[in-house]
Amino acid sequence: MSEADRVRWHCRRGLLELDLILARFMDRHYEGLDAEAQALFKELLERPDNDLLDWALGRSAPADRRYQHVVELLRAS
Amino acid sequence: MQLPVRSFDAVIVGGGGSGLRTALELSQAELKVAVLSKVFPTRSHTVAAQGGVAASLGNVEEDNWHWHMYDTVKGSDYLGDQDAIEFMCRKANEVVYELEHFGMPFDRLPDGKIYQRPFGGQTRNYGERMVPRSCAAADRTGHAMLHTLYQANLKAHTQFFIEWMALELVRGADGTVLGVTALEMETGEVMMLQAKATVLATGGAGRIYAASTNAFINTGDGLGMAARAGIPLEDMEFWQFHPTGVAGAGVLITEGVRGEGGYLLNKDGERFMERYAPNAKDLASRDVVSRAMATEIKEGRGAGKEADSILLKLDHLGEEVINKRLPGIREIARKFANVDPVKDPIPVVPTCHYQMGGIPTNYNGQVVVPKDGDAETVVEGLYAVGECACVSVHGANRLGTNSLLDLLVFGKAAGEQVIRDLNEDGRLHKSLPKDADALTLQRLARLDGQKNGERVSDVGAEMRRIMQLHCGVFRFPELLAEGVRKLKEVAGRAGRTEIKDKSKTFNTARVEALELDNLIETAVASLVSAEARKESRGSHDRADCPERDDEKWLKHTLWYKDGDRLEYKPVHRKPLSVEPFEPKARVY
Ligand SMILES: Cc1cc2nc3c(=O)[nH]c(=O)nc-3n(C[C@H](O)[C@H](O)[C@H](O)COP(=O)(O)OP(=O)(O)OC[C@H]3O[C@@H](n4cnc5c(N)ncnc54)[C@H](O)[C@@H]3O)c2cc1C
Repeated sequence: MSEADRVRWHCRRGLLELDLILARFMDRHYEGLDAEAQALFKELLERPDNDLLDWALGRSAPADRRYQHVVELLRAS
Repeated sequence: MQLPVRSFDAVIVGGGGSGLRTALELSQAELKVAVLSKVFPTRSHTVAAQGGVAASLGNVEEDNWHWHMYDTVKGSDYLGDQDAIEFMCRKANEVVYELEHFGMPFDRLPDGKIYQRPFGGQTRNYGERMVPRSCAAADRTGHAMLHTLYQANLKAHTQFFIEWMALELVRGADGTVLGVTALEMETGEVMMLQAKATVLATGGAGRIYAASTNAFINTGDGLGMAARAGIPLEDMEFWQFHPTGVAGAGVLITEGVRGEGGYLLNKDGERFMERYAPNAKDLASRDVVSRAMATEIKEGRGAGKEADSILLKLDHLGEEVINKRLPGIREIARKFANVDPVKDPIPVVPTCHYQMGGIPTNYNGQVVVPKDGDAETVVEGLYAVGECACVSVHGANRLGTNSLLDLLVFGKAAGEQVIRDLNEDGRLHKSLPKDADALTLQRLARLDGQKNGERVSDVGAEMRRIMQLHCGVFRFPELLAEGVRKLKEVAGRAGRTEIKDKSKTFNTARVEALELDNLIETAVASLVSAEARKESRGSHDRADCPERDDEKWLKHTLWYKDGDRLEYKPVHRKPLSVEPFEPKARVY
């Protein structure tokens, strides 16, 4: 099974803005990430939609610094 | 029957606010309940609701359900069923307090009571002036509601089938609904979920439009399932639009931008609102602005490659004002329109937001259809709640924050009805017909076997384009008629979609192809119903018939997939206990 397929479906959200950003992230960045960063991205997908959107739009940042790199890529997506 | 079967007292398709509310009622009564959802329940589209939920608590200012009822009837442009509207407004306080007890973190007044804020269309004393009626949890009301209801369901032992997509309703020979078939995304397995009560709670279908604020999962699956099972769809011509969503993306641009001095331009750089509303200009009411934008586009003065958008200019406000008074707008524009509004205008279009029509139900959530001269015969075993249902409390136009209320009131009422129905006849599982899975297997086999077929994305894009152009916020007779013809062609193509990837696990291509079937049913229902309704009422706004026509059109539309046929049924003009509100011109 392709893990990317599962991740792509987990990018389906309740907020349209996230659908758009996450789809672009998958197209542009996901495959190029190393395993650790991919794992971090998957962790981020477990977070509530509103938090994720705030981070992706730069309104706030996750407290945990480990996510910084992936969140920067989200912001650029 | 080839499919494996699992049996439940109740199967609920949809884990948004409405489905979760019904599920809770049933699980608390110790019924065996399954909730299916395409996504994790708290990622349902209900999470997008920010404004709040309406209830005449009267915590900030005097208020009562009679005034709320009047506002809702008037807002509906008298198409709403007054018995259902009375029912909803009278139950509002109870369901909001219940939600509070389940743990909903409502904003509060200093005295500890739930805080309430004013929202468009909420008035005191039958239209006298605004009254604060909306209860919110910061700007995360929908999120808080989903979270609260999900937790309560876990406690009550509701069983969740997450990342399961329901495919078809299963009906017995006598028409009784016996459950659904569903696809488990992780394994690609298809299963039969047998139920004494089946509840559709699949949300809205806003993705039929090119410009939509709805999330990708809002594909009208419940509507498609109902339509294919022979159940008509009610009042599908009524869709609420917001004047300014980012063209091509749908993300909303707040009306505050025009409030701060931003204005609209056509492709010639003309500030066209001066022609349509010389005084109010860009601050005219939503419908006036939307209508003007649609007219400019129709007459060939739209901007962009396809001449199908309008430009929202705000660079003249200056960077400082934009940053200070319109926080977030630059980020939204950069991200979703690819422009920096400090330098360039944002391309915008009227954007679909909310579906007023849906699966016809009474105020107990039972699905009702015409049969043997009775306009509302109950379909045994089938219920519908939330945005996919048409009760009808929103009629031709929904008031802000009445929709979350609708989820709570009718989510609960449907649950109570299911309990009554199961107890009354001690209902047992009826045996499934031999061909219960035939339609499902046939649809899947067709898709997997298709050669030289159509691409799902092409067909979907064409459908969305047609709906936007031909059945948008302002409607023209020749465009509607042409739209019906074009859409039928597209519907034919949708029957020949092909997917390259045939894998079993999380096959998004297969899911999207199946979703497209549902979108197409919804789109055809909407366009055909809109073409036929020769008046303007609420959100259905026609250039050739600008007036409401109560004599001919104070009635609900019913669209049947079979034969692509329309019927009509009367509006319930009589409330439960009070005097009816008679139709009046709707001025605000
Ligand atoms: C941006 C925005 C803001 C809004 N703000 C407000 C507001 O402030 N106040 C208000 O009252 N209303 C608001 N609304 C409207 C309101 O949010 C919706 O009408 C309401 O949330 C719909 O809830 P629902 O339970 O019907 O459906 P949803 O929340 O959309 O849930 C549908 C569920 O069905 C599931 N589903 C769908 N198809 C299938 C299938 N085939 N198989 C299995 N599961 C399926 C989905 O996974 C999901 O769980 C807003 C709408 C938008 C777009």
